[in-house]
Amino acid sequence: MANPAKYPAPQGNPETAEFWKQAAEGKLLIKRCTACGEAHYFPRSICPFCFSDKTVWEESSGEGEIYSFSLMRKSASGPYAIGYVTLKEGPSILTNFVDCDLGRLRIGQKVRVVFKSTEGPPLPFFTPV
Amino acid sequence: MSIKGKAFIAGIFEHPTRHAPDKSTAQLHAEVAKGALEDAGLSKADIDGYFCAGDAPGGVMAMVDYLGLKVRHFDSTDTGGCSYIVHLGHAAEAIAAGKCSIALITLAGKPRTGPMPPRATGAEADFEAAYGATTHNVYGMCAMRHMHEFGTTSEQLAWIKVAASHHAQYNPHAMLPDVVTVEDVLNSPMISDPLHRLDCCVVTDGGGALLVTSETIARSLKKPLVRMIGHGEALKGPRGGTDLDLTYSAGVWSGPRAFEEAGVSPKDIKYASVYDSFTITVLMQLEDLGFCKKGEGGKFVADGNLISGVGKLPFNTDGGGLCSNHPVNRGGMTKIIEAVRQLRGEAHPKVQVQNCDLAIAHGTGGLLGIRHAASTCILERA
Repeated sequence: MANPAKYPAPQGNPETAEFWKQAAEGKLLIKRCTACGEAHYFPRSICPFCFSDKTVWEESSGEGEIYSFSLMRKSASGPYAIGYVTLKEGPSILTNFVDCDLGRLRIGQKVRVVFKSTEGPPLPFFTPV
Repeated sequence: MSIKGKAFIAGIFEHPTRHAPDKSTAQLHAEVAKGALEDAGLSKADIDGYFCAGDAPGGVMAMVDYLGLKVRHFDSTDTGGCSYIVHLGHAAEAIAAGKCSIALITLAGKPRTGPMPPRATGAEADFEAAYGATTHNVYGMCAMRHMHEFGTTSEQLAWIKVAASHHAQYNPHAMLPDVVTVEDVLNSPMISDPLHRLDCCVVTDGGGALLVTSETIARSLKKPLVRMIGHGEALKGPRGGTDLDLTYSAGVWSGPRAFEEAGVSPKDIKYASVYDSFTITVLMQLEDLGFCKKGEGGKFVADGNLISGVGKLPFNTDGGGLCSNHPVNRGGMTKIIEAVRQLRGEAHPKVQVQNCDLAIAHGTGGLLGIRHAASTCILERA
């Protein structure tokens, strides 16, 4: 019998503290560079595209679609599906799909963010709309 | 400045073991180093450069001391399974610059019979660690997207395993020496969609080593001459999640760099060693290296096109990581070794490519679907 998944608590650091603070409020943050206009994830203080330090936090809609996925058939916590979600805002996020029939996932499917608790701040996961 | 023709592979050794419960990892490194020295006809005191990666216990300082080396040049670049192809290029650069004259490169470890060191993580750890990325599911995501965009099928991927198994039957050390069919692959259990168990490589204890040297020294030795004429290396990641495209690898950059330096093109290649952690790894690399167009890898690998003596591009004639050996879950070393065997004419007679005078050895390292490296070398019989 598989044990329920227990997710590791994010450790956080000064660069990402705001992300985890807002995650606790159920908000998914991305970073946007005000110099070049590009959004990115996971968050950096310096833009990975133009290297400007003029990056700001932005709340994502939490909506997107599945770019790709793979259903891992066995693990200590049972089957799970890893994948990338491309957010409406542009960046893609590595995640797991939860609270759904894993056998019915497909590329292009619309999904939305849900947060799952850890012993620290909650983590973003996605579920079909 | 180019490394073209500046470095020769003078010694090779692949450890025959696939299961080493009674040996230490450091001991395996020493055994493969000794094997390569015997192959080349050199002695330990001749070595003045040493290259190792994350599998070397304690890193380069501990290994140089353990092996009793005295070196004036060293490099411990770790890019996972392709580290040793990267090292080959760096060794050639060092030899061309006069920083060393005989470089040893070793790989060894025992994932079957001992703990594996954890994968190194960086700034992404908090944002990725919880999602259970493994090689199986990350390469599965690549295969899933490739199928979605190009219509690649599980049957086409299976042909890659079938070809490897046709070669492995002649390798007395191969972990999986039995020939398999497309149906065998499709009927094996699904591990992580769409990859079946037989789409995956073996897990083996063992290792391998190379000795790289200058033309003058190589010509003083007895083995057939194998020289490197081109090399490339590259890195790829999602870069902020905006550049995500799982249908190609960093091989799209390392391959052309190597071909350009060598002054040859894919159609000139007689034999290809291509890293085969999974069947999809091979398919994507063949496209990225230019053996066929992007998206046409499925057609290219089908119907035995990779089988020596049958198809147009004989690959991994030792059985590769899919059937023979994948020491420490790092396949780059054995890719170089089989390419050198082919160029020397030392491959098994049943799989030896006739007039094999130009070969490629290519690998990736890390996780293809997340962040990874690729390295390519073009080798020529001199």
